[in-house]
Amino acid sequence: MRALIKEIFVDRLDGVPGPGIGLSAMDDGAAIPLGDQWLVITTDSHVISPIFFPGGDIGRLAVAGTVNDLAMMGATEVLALTCAVVVEEGFARADLERVSESIEIACREANARILTGDTKVMGRGEIDGLVLNTTGVALARRVVPDSGLHPGDLIILTGTIGDHGLAVMARRHELALEGDLRSDVAPLNGLIRQALDAGADAVVAMKDPTRGGVASALCEMAQKAGVGIVLDGPSVPMNEAVRAAAELLGIDPLIVANEGKALIGVRAEAAQRVLLALKSHPLGRNAAIVGTCTAERPGRVVLDTGFGRRLLSEPEGEPLPRIC
Amino acid sequence: MADSRLNDRALEFRDPKRGRELTALLGRLCDAIGRAPISVMHVCGSHEQAIARFGLRASFPRALNVIMGPGCPVCVTDLPEVDEAVALALSGVRIATYGDMLRVPGTVKSLADARAEGAHVEVVYSVAQAVESARRSEQELVFFASGFETTAVATAAALLAGTPPNFSVLSAHKYIPPVMEIVAEMPETRVEGFLAAGHAAAITGWGVFERFVERHAIPVVVAGFEPLDILAGLASMLELIRDRRVEVVNAFPRCVTREGNRKAQEALWRVFRPIGGRWRGIAHVPNGNLRLRDEWAQVDARRRFKIDLAGLWSYAPPRSAAQCICGDIMAGIAAPTDCPLFGTKCLPDQPVGACMVSSEGSCRIWLEYGGRPDLGT
Repeated sequence: MRALIKEIFVDRLDGVPGPGIGLSAMDDGAAIPLGDQWLVITTDSHVISPIFFPGGDIGRLAVAGTVNDLAMMGATEVLALTCAVVVEEGFARADLERVSESIEIACREANARILTGDTKVMGRGEIDGLVLNTTGVALARRVVPDSGLHPGDLIILTGTIGDHGLAVMARRHELALEGDLRSDVAPLNGLIRQALDAGADAVVAMKDPTRGGVASALCEMAQKAGVGIVLDGPSVPMNEAVRAAAELLGIDPLIVANEGKALIGVRAEAAQRVLLALKSHPLGRNAAIVGTCTAERPGRVVLDTGFGRRLLSEPEGEPLPRIC
Repeated sequence: MADSRLNDRALEFRDPKRGRELTALLGRLCDAIGRAPISVMHVCGSHEQAIARFGLRASFPRALNVIMGPGCPVCVTDLPEVDEAVALALSGVRIATYGDMLRVPGTVKSLADARAEGAHVEVVYSVAQAVESARRSEQELVFFASGFETTAVATAAALLAGTPPNFSVLSAHKYIPPVMEIVAEMPETRVEGFLAAGHAAAITGWGVFERFVERHAIPVVVAGFEPLDILAGLASMLELIRDRRVEVVNAFPRCVTREGNRKAQEALWRVFRPIGGRWRGIAHVPNGNLRLRDEWAQVDARRRFKIDLAGLWSYAPPRSAAQCICGDIMAGIAAPTDCPLFGTKCLPDQPVGACMVSSEGSCRIWLEYGGRPDLGT
């Protein structure tokens, strides 16, 4: 997917004024210098089936997704959000109201506002229900790229993995195992602010492990920075319900999407300080140091399972429940 | 995994300290045997999954060669079986199947290709879910059933429980014990022991392997799927090889008995009969395929529909398929890295051979988890 995007769009459309971060960085968003600050901008289209799932819905996802992309660049104070709505003819009014309410609640949590928007209606069958696009802009004193790791840096994960992807999958495939599965979808800018305040310049890279999960995000961080990463499997936080469901479905939780977690690369000496700051926030209670950057095997991620080691590669396609 | 809510019982078999002790034991046993390689074959994709997922291969002693056998039901599903499902789907019949079957290439198309062309193909997690889906509509629904005796029992149970009139089964189910005979008799085979799949043995009972062991003078160890189960199973196997003992050892007694699950066996054989058939890339396996008995003709998609394969076969198969060595890989003669297509022309999003399709396929697992690279300690 990344290769395809690069070939078709990035190579043709790239171009950023001055020392900014543009399309070719393929980061969570772009940054352009503005006086002594950075203007950070990001956009994201949200499609999800089902539109309502345990722990959230497409509205909450659309706000959190964009706010988190900004936060991952170090821009935690959101200036404005836009929201474009494309809705299928016949979509229930009550459902649309429910989505709108979720957007409102998520905006309040993120201390953000939707300043402008657009609505289009398409014919029945021309789109599947509802598509939301949100764009976010924010100012930041310092931009944190996802490529800033060095050998010796530590990786902090801000909480449990797999919650979002498995909750959605269980609902989508009507698997009778939802139990305690709940999406973690949440705006993370408040949490990230605390990490940045505690760690300042020692926070060198951030990425939210959304589609493709922790495995995909770490691979990308390792490749962009040219470092190796050793991930310590036993210290990766996971809820029991997620562990059990993933086991049952034969799906590796490390490749399952999260919508309320971040991977934070920090200088080793600041790691404890940043970890404590994260743990003092409700969304970071389960934060843990999960990995170490090495000079060996640049661009690769090795998982230490406690029993042995294996390479962690980027997942291809959507994880599907397997046979036995 | 560090979450305190984790249940301790589940982690009993994931204690890294005991894992290291067992790995050290494997090393001592290999030293005692004193030659290399000592080749052991497992015949279950779930074993390979666990070995790969927990990085066990990187910690095996160098002398121990654990070979992946024909243990992935998706991989051994033969081209014409996939073609039957694709032809049905393209003729407008709704197909329900397990997720891993979607991308398995047939002679010209996979079910995913058929779906992209507008055919109705849905992914289900269980046969029960397929039956539910049939109940919700009047339209004909065919469950394309794959898997070994483990999932075949589930299919049998669903049919015995009664299904709606628009439901039928296209069986690609396979039966494991006969293929072990085939592999044991292959002239290139250097296998000194078989690690049998614990879940299949829970149904068939470990007694089913006694005659096999006698006939081929190769030991069999029944092993479970937690990392400690696999390490303990391999330790039992190396002890048998060291002592030149040829017998069946049940290293999964918490689930497997000598007789197995009688009720499940009864259900299995009431619905299915074994017939000979090709396993993709392996060989013709006598009694290796499970087909519906005559009494179940009315729910047998092969008898209910006229499946037109000729329409599909007017195309020639893609040329790169001829280079695919899935068969040798599943027979334990070659490793995925011996294949000229591996990782270049054959990739998870565009698989040539079936071993790259399923998450239980050898090639897919090696590509995803890196085989046995040197990763330090």
